[in-house]
Amino acid sequence: MAIFGLFGDRATAQEAAIEAAALRSDRFRQQREGDWQRLESIVTRMEAGRLRKLSDADVLALPVLYRTVASSLSVARETSLDAATLAYLEGLVQRAWFLVYGPRVGLLGWFRRFLGGEWSRAVRAIRADILIALAVMVAGVLVGWLLVASDPEWYFALVPEQFADARVPGASRAVLHGTLFGNGEQQSLSAFSAYLFSHNAQIAILAFALGFAFGIPSLLLLVQNTATMGAMLWLYHGQGLTLDFAAWLSVHGTTELFAILLAGAAGLHIGRSIAFPGEQSVLASAAAAGQRASQVMAGVVLMLVVAAILEGFARQLIDDTFGRLAVGIFMLVFWLAYFFVFRRSPNRSEQG
Amino acid sequence: MNAAIRQLRNDRHRVMVTPEGIALPIILASRGARFGALLIDLILIVLAMILATLGIALLAGGTAKLGFEVDQAKGAARHALDFLIILWIAAIFLFRNAYFLFFELGPRGATLGKRMVGIRIAARDGGRLSAEMVIARNLLRDIELFLPAVLLIGASAEGTEMGPVMLGATAWFLVFALFPFFNRDRLRAGDLIAGSWVVEAPKRKLEAAMSLGQAARGTSATTGTSYRFGEAELAIYGEYELQTLERVLRENRPEAQAAVAEAICRKIGWNPGAGDERAFLEAYYTQLRARLEGGMRMGKRKADKYAGGN
Repeated sequence: MAIFGLFGDRATAQEAAIEAAALRSDRFRQQREGDWQRLESIVTRMEAGRLRKLSDADVLALPVLYRTVASSLSVARETSLDAATLAYLEGLVQRAWFLVYGPRVGLLGWFRRFLGGEWSRAVRAIRADILIALAVMVAGVLVGWLLVASDPEWYFALVPEQFADARVPGASRAVLHGTLFGNGEQQSLSAFSAYLFSHNAQIAILAFALGFAFGIPSLLLLVQNTATMGAMLWLYHGQGLTLDFAAWLSVHGTTELFAILLAGAAGLHIGRSIAFPGEQSVLASAAAAGQRASQVMAGVVLMLVVAAILEGFARQLIDDTFGRLAVGIFMLVFWLAYFFVFRRSPNRSEQG
Repeated sequence: MNAAIRQLRNDRHRVMVTPEGIALPIILASRGARFGALLIDLILIVLAMILATLGIALLAGGTAKLGFEVDQAKGAARHALDFLIILWIAAIFLFRNAYFLFFELGPRGATLGKRMVGIRIAARDGGRLSAEMVIARNLLRDIELFLPAVLLIGASAEGTEMGPVMLGATAWFLVFALFPFFNRDRLRAGDLIAGSWVVEAPKRKLEAAMSLGQAARGTSATTGTSYRFGEAELAIYGEYELQTLERVLRENRPEAQAAVAEAICRKIGWNPGAGDERAFLEAYYTQLRARLEGGMRMGKRKADKYAGGN
């Protein structure tokens, strides 16, 4: 009885309040206030991440309430001069809008979609830039080779000190052979590969970041890195170790060079979109390109992890040219198939 | 001074149109707030890194000791140490990169630091904030912020000449740090590439309705006086003054109310009485608002006391 009495009191008090409001716009507000407050409580709980505590009814109500409150806002703007209420409604609609149109997936969900097709789609989307970057890398190797072939002094300019230990022009075949084989017990392999990863990730990220300056520094970086390779290739070629060197390099190189190629292409893609925005505004064009390129770059980081593991473990453990070539070629075929053959329509990727 | 502050705020005001076609005013986050948020985030990340490092070091110490004491365990201990090193590198990598991603993909669209200062990220075009945007803007953060730091640490570890490296790293850092100062929307490089921006996260309570009390009907509860204002007495003010009056009433400070009541009385030629200002102001507010809202419904608006017309 007492409870009924309480509710009854409340109800009459509310009715009385609706009658008591002297202004038409305040009566409008009093009639809708309940919806506003319900939306606010749903939004507050969702923002706090307490999704499990929300009932199904509340989750279903969110978009409906969002539209109701948004229309309240539209009406209030035309009929009410209550600044505090307008500000409240604007804030509430904005908060609900962020939830209704917020990111659909969390980090894990994104990652699953990323591996299941988004990544390869992004790579295919920048195909033209990949071709340009590839041409630049090939040119870089050629330049490195030709420069050193014309004057061996170039070798010291092109190859950083850490690689130029025993591997210098004039080194004997045995010495060079020794650098390729029999380093199995060198050092703690895992720590070595972790170091390699951070080193390579930096080059890749740099190649991407420099895309800002219209992509030109990205290309220069690609040339510089591949010229080093060309110079070393020339050195080993001189002693008839071309295939062995290529195999030694290909274990991780097919993955790593592919990753650096993608990073450079992603940088170039951004640079191109800023330099030639086409019909869009520069900002819109940069944003569209940036979102594609960032997907590619997230993948590049993954590839570099794989490359570092291959470089740290597989290269030291597999000590013959044939085995190394097999691993390298397998990885190359794997990446190519993953990017260009593996296709899944976006709707089907939801199911599996 | 006041005008200057308003100008500043206007400079940060933008209008975003939702897919329903409703124009929502948003306020861009100030650069100071963003810097503060970043500082908080960095402190949290460094703390997490230190804790993880200490924890792993503790484990490693225990494993190494075991390796020394028990001969058979030597090989196993070495593998365990290798594993711990990888674990450590992975943990540092995740703290550095996944922290921002994880929080900005959440329902608040803000890292812990951003939450504390009350800002969040949003899509610049008013559309859905996508995971790609969050990733793009945070990849660039790596380049803007961590790359020069890594460069410096690397150079000092290898013992190279510090001068040019320092200069290069500082220049690099400054280019990106000053980026938000050179565009209208205060975008940093990551925002530009991602198509996002940082806005203030609104958090307002629903205030009480103004026209509920007896005073709003024109009758003072304390003195019983009835306040009725004529057409001419209401016509002198516009919406701007109405909203100022609303603020004074909501703040409810007696001195301010007395001053405003006196000003209104002077303007409309009434004799200011003391002690009943609140009721007077509520009555004036309600009647002025009724008049202005009536005009609104007819399509006539009066912005402030200088505006002509009705």
